[in-house]
Order: sequence, then structure tokens, then C-alpha cells
Amino acid sequence: MFESFADFLTLGQNALELGLIYGLTALALFLSYSMLNVCDLSTDGCFTLGSVVGAMFIVYGPAWFPDSGLPLWFWSVMSIVAAMLAGSLSGLVTAVLQTRMGVQSLLAGIVVNTALYSVNLAISGNQVRVNMNSTFKKTYETVFTESKALLQDTPFAQQSSLFVALAAVALVILFLSLFLRTRIGLSIRATGSNPDMVRSSSINPAFTTTVGLCISNSITALSGCLLAQHQKVHDINIGIGVVTVALASLLIGGVFLRRGPIAVRALLVVVGAFIFRMVYAVALRLNMPTNMLRAVSAVIVVLTISVPHFINAGKRLHRRRQANRERGQAVRADH
Amino acid sequence: MLTIDAISKTFNPGTVDAKLALDHVSLTVEDGDFITIIGANGAGKSTLFNAICGSFITDTGTIWLNDRNITMMAEHKRARYIGRLYQDPMRGTAPDMSIEDNLALAAGKGGWLSMVSRRDKQAFRDRLALLGMGLEDRLKQPVGLLSGGQRQALTLLMATYNPPQVLLLDEHTAALDPATAEKVLALTERIVTENNLACLMITHNMQSALDLGNRTIMMNAGRIIDDISGKKRRKLKVEDLVERFKEAAGQALDTDRMLLGT
Ligand SMILES: Nc1ncnc2c1ncn2[C@@H]1O[C@H](COP(=O)(O)OP(=O)(O)OP(=O)(O)O)[C@@H](O)[C@H]1O
Ligand SMILES: [Mg+2]
Repeated sequence: MFESFADFLTLGQNALELGLIYGLTALALFLSYSMLNVCDLSTDGCFTLGSVVGAMFIVYGPAWFPDSGLPLWFWSVMSIVAAMLAGSLSGLVTAVLQTRMGVQSLLAGIVVNTALYSVNLAISGNQVRVNMNSTFKKTYETVFTESKALLQDTPFAQQSSLFVALAAVALVILFLSLFLRTRIGLSIRATGSNPDMVRSSSINPAFTTTVGLCISNSITALSGCLLAQHQKVHDINIGIGVVTVALASLLIGGVFLRRGPIAVRALLVVVGAFIFRMVYAVALRLNMPTNMLRAVSAVIVVLTISVPHFINAGKRLHRRRQANRERGQAVRADH
Repeated sequence: MLTIDAISKTFNPGTVDAKLALDHVSLTVEDGDFITIIGANGAGKSTLFNAICGSFITDTGTIWLNDRNITMMAEHKRARYIGRLYQDPMRGTAPDMSIEDNLALAAGKGGWLSMVSRRDKQAFRDRLALLGMGLEDRLKQPVGLLSGGQRQALTLLMATYNPPQVLLLDEHTAALDPATAEKVLALTERIVTENNLACLMITHNMQSALDLGNRTIMMNAGRIIDDISGKKRRKLKVEDLVERFKEAAGQALDTDRMLLGT
């Protein structure tokens, strides 16, 4: 299956990088789905939004201000900032639809997701792909090429991409674990747990939902932005099915620990994303067709949700058989 | 002081299900008043509380709280001045969050980005110790693990952490066993007197309706039909109250019959 140990390591490292980058979306859902109890179906579109905004800043940013003399790395940093801002704006729209305009939560996500497809195409000037691969004529600097240049002469040159992904995940987990302990963070958690109680604490659940969705969507967009830069290309279809993959990671992570410190649970979500990627990478090696990824993720989501259900059903069946036997014995004893 | 002036509420107006749940109810609650409310099922007691809390905007009338007109104020804004407990112990707390986090929200101190400090934790522990349920040693446990009585006591603590101007108790001991119910009632009384709160308490227990507080009102078919206080109330016995209650309920039945033409 693997030609050598080095081959296995490369595969593992790639799965780890992708796991970390997609893990960011899983972390976004950890906030919106696990904490706020909102299933945000605008995730796919928002992921693509982050991707396209980031790519546009990398490719066209320097041309917008040709005389500014701003270094190229400035645009790679700006790509992240802009992608996250765009993501939070999309989250704001989803939140306003469901908290102020009477649109059902799921529907709000679906509607925004659909609209984002047009928006994303419009942002890229109707290009289906935006290439960030440097050519002879032009060099593009992404956060990954920056990191590569920085670590060029160190022993970690091979791991330069990994560091970027690690740093992003570490920062987001650190942020989440601190944020969810603040008053607004606690209010967001309470909104998912008991909105009545939030109201009686004189806090408007519409407000907490809005803040939560803005933040989670900015993390989703960060995830998309980093994936495009990692692959050196933005594609309009980059986000399709991401919500299912992220949900699968979230659920895999949740299998290990339901309650506990936020930071640990968040970490496990990312571990879940890595496990998912690893399984997928191995399956590819075993000649699973590439286009099966989404089917696999769908199956994993269904399994993680329904296996506990079947275990319970099994227990009930067992108990019923036992009760039947006991009744049978009682009847026999009567005769 | 809470002043309710002629508020009405009809549910599902204009349909066959139209239900006049509050019929020009007026009531003045002085600071330090502890009013017990009795009335048959469906008399409109909880609906009166919902109106005061702002779960809906009333069809007519005005509600004043200390010279502030709160008739149109949003529910979460009124919550700053009004504390409320429900019959269901699950309603007042967030089960997935720890006792500490629940209390932190109820305390609501500091800005949006402030966190629970060591001083806050000590304050939480001190308050919890007053309940005498050992909750002060379980700050980090999720509230979902507590029993109904413990949760209700915690909710009481949370609703009065920052003393509100009015405290509304909707059969808040109905789901508890007699011993725990008594404990929670004693606690209620103490918190109400200590903070000199205006308090309204719905109960189906005629004994506690007379024992607790200084005033008793009876509701029927969306109206206040009796308002007993002072000497008259002290002389009143449970049997008299039950008699009065049956009489009112009977009247309601009679009017229904008249309407149905039987
Ligand atoms: N949201 C609602 N929609 C329609 N009708 C309602 C609603 N809430 C209450 N009602 C009706 O208003 C009337 C008064 O209900 P309410 O809950 O205030 O009674 P209650 O006095 O609290 O009774 P109980 O002692 O059973 O709690 C009832 O007939 C009820 O069916
Ligand atoms: Mg009621």
C-alpha cells in the first residue's frame, strides 16, 4: 500500500495539513452547531467566499494600488483579513434573516448559500477558477509561500505549510476557549441551551445569535481562504459538501468527549477532522475514486449519528426479549 | 411599585378558538407587598405573569413599573427589573452549562468581554452556601445533573442575584417533594423580605396562599374576583377560601351553561 515509510509520512503530513485547514470549518460549526444550536447551511457558500476573496487579494491586490509600494506579503496578510471580514458579513446576513426577518434558521442558511454562489462568481469577475500558481511572468505570494521563504534554510523547510495550518488552528482554539468564557461567550452558549434563560438575564438572543454566526462564519471563510492558498487555486466548487465534511469531523470529535473543557473539546474536533482526512487518504490509496469523498462524508455523518441510536434500539430489543422470557416463565409457573 | 391598569388579552382573536384570557385586569402592587394568587386552571394566572413579563403585548391597558411605562418594552429589557420562576424547574437554567456559568450570566456583571474572576467565584460560593444544599462545592458541574429541587433553588438564587423590583413565582414549588418545597418556600420568603421585593406568587395550595405574604387575590375567567388583605385575611380560614373558590368556579360553570343554552 505504501512504497516506503517516507511515503507514509508524506501522506500523513498532507492529511494533517488538510485536516487542520478543514478542521477550522469544523471549529466554526463547533461554535454555531454545538454551542449556538444553529445548523448553519450557508457554510459551503461561505467557505467558497473566503476562498475567492482571499484569492482575489493575492492575485489582483498588488495591481489595485500599483504605486503604493506595499510589499507582496502585505497582500497575503490582507487576503486573510478580507476573507474573514467577508465571512462575518455573510454570517451577519444569515443571522439577520433568522432573527429579525422571520426566516426559519435552516432556510436562512440555504437562501444565503444559494445567493453566495452568484456573489462568489461576481467577486471573481465570473472566473470559475483563480490561479495563484506563480509563473515566469508573475509571482504570487500566499501565506504558504511566505512561510516557505521564512523557513527555507531551517530544518523545518519541509513542514512550512504545516506550521501555517497549525498556527491558524492554535489561534482559533485559543480564541474560542477564551471567548466562550466571556460574558458574551457564555450568553452564546446559553442561547443554544435555553434561550428563555438568556432573555431573563436581560440579554437579547437575537443579538447573541448574530454575534455567534458572524464569528463562526469568519472562521469558515478563513478555512476556505487557507485551503485555496494551500492548493494554489480557487475554484467556484471548492466549498461543495464542506458542511457535511465538517459536521462529520465535529461528530467524530464528539465521540471521544461530550463534556469537558472547551479547549479540549475543540482540539478533539480538529482531531476528528484529521482522522477523517487520514481515512480518506488511505481510501484513495486503495483506489477509491476521488469523487467518492462526499459520499463517504455523508455516510460518516449518518453513521456517527445513528450508531448510538442503534445501540439503544439493540438494548431495548434485548430487554423486550428478556421481559417476554420472564412472562413465559410466569405463565408456565401458573399451570 | 407595579401598577397594572385595565389590561386585556384575547388569544386567537376573530377565530372560533378566540379566548379572552385577561379581561381588563387592574392591580397595584406596593413595594414589599407579597401577594399570593389563586384560581382554577385556566383562570388566567400565568397569562397575567406573561403580560407583566412582556411575553406578549397586551391588547388594552398599561403597565407601570415605578413611574416607567413598560407596556411596550421588549421582554429581555423588562427582565432587568422583573425576576421570574416557572413551575418547570428546567426552564430557568441552562442545563449544558456549569452552575458557575449559569450564575455568571445571572449576575451579568461587567462588559461583554469580562470573565468570571476569583472574587466572583467566591461570591457565588457564598450565595450558594445560603441554600444549604451543598451546591457551593459543585460549581463546575453542569446544571443538568442537579435534581429538580436543586435546580429550582438555584433558579431562585439567579432570579434574585441582582434584586429585581418585582418577583413573579408561578407555582414554583409544584414539581418538588413536600420537604424540598418547604425549603424553597422558606428561602423565597427570606429573600423577599431581605430585599423588600414586590412579589406575586401563584399557588394551588390554599394553606400557603394564606400563610405566606400579606395579600391574597383570586382570579377567575380572566378577572380578579377577590382581593383580601389585612384583618379580613388574618381571620380567613382555609375552608372559607375553598368555599369562596368553589362558588366562583360554580358561577363560571353556570355562565358557560347559560351561553351554551342548556
Ligand atoms: N399562548 C396561548 N394561546 C392560546 N390560548 C392560551 C395561550 N396561553 C393561555 N391560553 C388560554 O388562556 C387561558 C388562561 O391560561 P393560563 O395559562 O393563564 O391559566 P392558569 O390560570 O395559569 O392555569 P393553571 O392553573 O392551569 O396554570 C386558558 O384558557 C388557556 O387555554
Ligand atoms: Mg399556569
